[in-house]
Amino acid sequence: MIPELGHFALILALVLTAAQAVFGLVGAHRNDPRWQAAVRPAIAGQFVLTTTAMAALIWAFVNFDFSVLYVASNSNSALPTFYRVAALWGAHEGSLLLWAWILSLWTLAVAIFSRNLPVTFASRVMGVLGIVSFGFLLFALVTSNPFERIIPAPADGRDLNPVLQDPALAIHPPLLYTGYVGFAVAYAFACAAMLEGKLDQTWARWTRPWTTFAWCFLSIGIALGSWWAYYELGWGGYWFWDPVENASFMPWLAGTALIHSLAVTEKRGLFKSWTLLLAILAFSLSLLGTFLVRSGVLVSVHSFAADPARGKFILWSLIVMIGGALTLYSVRARTLKSNAGFEGTSRDAFLLYNNILLVLATIVVFIGTLAPLVNDALGLSTISVGSGWFTLSFPWIAIALVALVAIGIHAHWKRGRLGDSRNRLLIGLAAGVVLGAIVFYGAYGPGKLLSLAGICVGIWLIVSSLFDPVDRWRRKLTLSRAVIGMTLAHIGLGIGVIAISTVESHTIERDVALAPGEVVAMGSYAYRFDKIEPVEGPNYDGVRAEVTVLRDGRPVTVLHPEKRNYWVQRSTMTEAGIEARWNMDLFVALGEDLGAGRWSVRAQMRPLIHYVWFAAFLMALGGALAASDKRYRQAARATEAATAPNQAGAS
Amino acid sequence: MTARQKRMLLVAGIVVGVSLAVLLVTKGFMGNVMYSYNPTEIAEGKAPPDRRFRLAGMVEKGSIDKTPGTLDVKFLVTDYRHTLHVKYSGILPDLFRDGQGVIAHGRMHGDTFVADEILAKHDEKYMPPEVAKALKDNPPPPNVPSVNSRGT
Repeated sequence: MIPELGHFALILALVLTAAQAVFGLVGAHRNDPRWQAAVRPAIAGQFVLTTTAMAALIWAFVNFDFSVLYVASNSNSALPTFYRVAALWGAHEGSLLLWAWILSLWTLAVAIFSRNLPVTFASRVMGVLGIVSFGFLLFALVTSNPFERIIPAPADGRDLNPVLQDPALAIHPPLLYTGYVGFAVAYAFACAAMLEGKLDQTWARWTRPWTTFAWCFLSIGIALGSWWAYYELGWGGYWFWDPVENASFMPWLAGTALIHSLAVTEKRGLFKSWTLLLAILAFSLSLLGTFLVRSGVLVSVHSFAADPARGKFILWSLIVMIGGALTLYSVRARTLKSNAGFEGTSRDAFLLYNNILLVLATIVVFIGTLAPLVNDALGLSTISVGSGWFTLSFPWIAIALVALVAIGIHAHWKRGRLGDSRNRLLIGLAAGVVLGAIVFYGAYGPGKLLSLAGICVGIWLIVSSLFDPVDRWRRKLTLSRAVIGMTLAHIGLGIGVIAISTVESHTIERDVALAPGEVVAMGSYAYRFDKIEPVEGPNYDGVRAEVTVLRDGRPVTVLHPEKRNYWVQRSTMTEAGIEARWNMDLFVALGEDLGAGRWSVRAQMRPLIHYVWFAAFLMALGGALAASDKRYRQAARATEAATAPNQAGAS
Repeated sequence: MTARQKRMLLVAGIVVGVSLAVLLVTKGFMGNVMYSYNPTEIAEGKAPPDRRFRLAGMVEKGSIDKTPGTLDVKFLVTDYRHTLHVKYSGILPDLFRDGQGVIAHGRMHGDTFVADEILAKHDEKYMPPEVAKALKDNPPPPNVPSVNSRGT
């Protein structure tokens, strides 16, 4: 009964999103206040209904209702409660419901916080969001209904894929989707501006916090996924240039370009049509990411369930959303000319270079990810693009980008005059080169020159970012959240580049066959394989090894890698033994029993790898601070005052 | 130098720079593209003798031969029409099993494919799309499992 209730709620939500789209868009077009007044109630209703659907599915999971096909396929009576809830997004149908629910959450937030915006503009934004929601709910209901029954109900479920039974992965999809879907808001703002035929600095000020918040969620979502792959897949390493990873990385790169382009549009009224294009691009890439992961067209090491019919549906909605927005763009972009100029060494220009490099990076990832697909679609040979393509081209772009940030951070708006900051530039550069070389050769010894360059520009960026806030602090000037946020995010970028460079050049990896008592040397450390013994968990059994890490012959720590066999799906899982230290990670993963008393063991030592995720966290924190800056809240109040003349005198 | 000459120089610089970049990028890209072949195509001599490529197929039942106490393993990869000897030294993925889909990267040494990387899917029913396609084009003898390229 309750699953049917959820199904019914989802159908009603679909009807309400249609109403939301029609009342919003047509109402704004006809400038009919009654039509437009119906938009927010529709959104509230849609939110309640999608929440009901979510609750119904969670109920089915928690209460072991295996007559629901989706529950039977992704849960089991032995599965702990936490994972029974997280199993909701363990596969396609539930992920889609989660996606729709998060979209309704964002839409609700827009409905609440857009009360200060001009009525027709807000209606258009919500109308466009209505179209997106309609598309997704229709998709869910037509191709992937999570409430489908299976009669007769099986006695027990097939269990959640064991690789997904992990806390980080349980929260990774919601965060990632919150980021993806958040770009729908930027997209809706862009479409609404094009429909209005008006895009000014106020528009950028409204759009910026939404975009930045979405970007923060995406950053954390990607970082969590990467962290999970590190310890759960048992390979070590933080990034594999896997198509599924790339699918989330492309919207992030485009989104990063967008938040910087929006800065120029807000401060200087420039890059208007470019900002619009980026807003469309960021959301399109989010949709593309869903398409790539969910349609099964990709050959990926971790693409899960897939279905071509669903792929076609997403492809069509992709065509409608991107095509529609681009058509609108081609009609309206000319009216959105920016007429101010700027010099080649102004901050405007540096943000332009930033955008060029970020788009270039997006293209690099795009080519590497989609070339196999295009080749296949054209009926050519089946190919795959090795990670060599990315590791060959990406570092150059990243290093150039970081160096340009380190310089551009000192530039003024509009005018060049970089010479004013000559001292800061030289001190930063010198600090970067000297400290970089000392750290690199002193702490880690000879390695890849590209990594040395990465460490140098990373330090340069951190030093550069600190000049302005430290200066303001010493002169007792106010430090706005925007400045602190930007500084944190840029320091995060610097730390990230340093960490990645170090990991790339000074990781020690050894795949060895070890018998108990045998030792493998890892630089200044050594791993001793002590023993292996059986272990049992709630829904699995397996073996657990004891590996002692030695330094100069003395034990430093003990690692416990495991190999688990999950009963229901009869799948084998590797649980790595990891000790995270401040300057490096000691990592051991068990392979298999090789016979003759030996086990295959993957031993690794990765310097600074934890700082890669810390960097992402810092960037997200910086973004969140900047997006909650006072001026956005003041801007909202100012608009309110302007649009309500009878209150204007009072404020 | 007049403004016009300056502009021309800038344009020429950009053209040269972009061409050089495109050339390097294309070269880098082509160097990293890996073509995929199944055992039948390899038997027909289509696979390059001197380049790394991607081998897709199914691990033949009962063919896995491990040298005890070492990381060395030998097995057969089949598309149910031809089979190929594969050699590998390293840690096998969790889902590398008898009778399941496998993708291996490596190159030919005589009649043997020497793999430097083995990928297997996190899905026991997985079959590489290349293999699924080959099986659809040329139906195998009736004693092999049905084509199922999808997961659940």
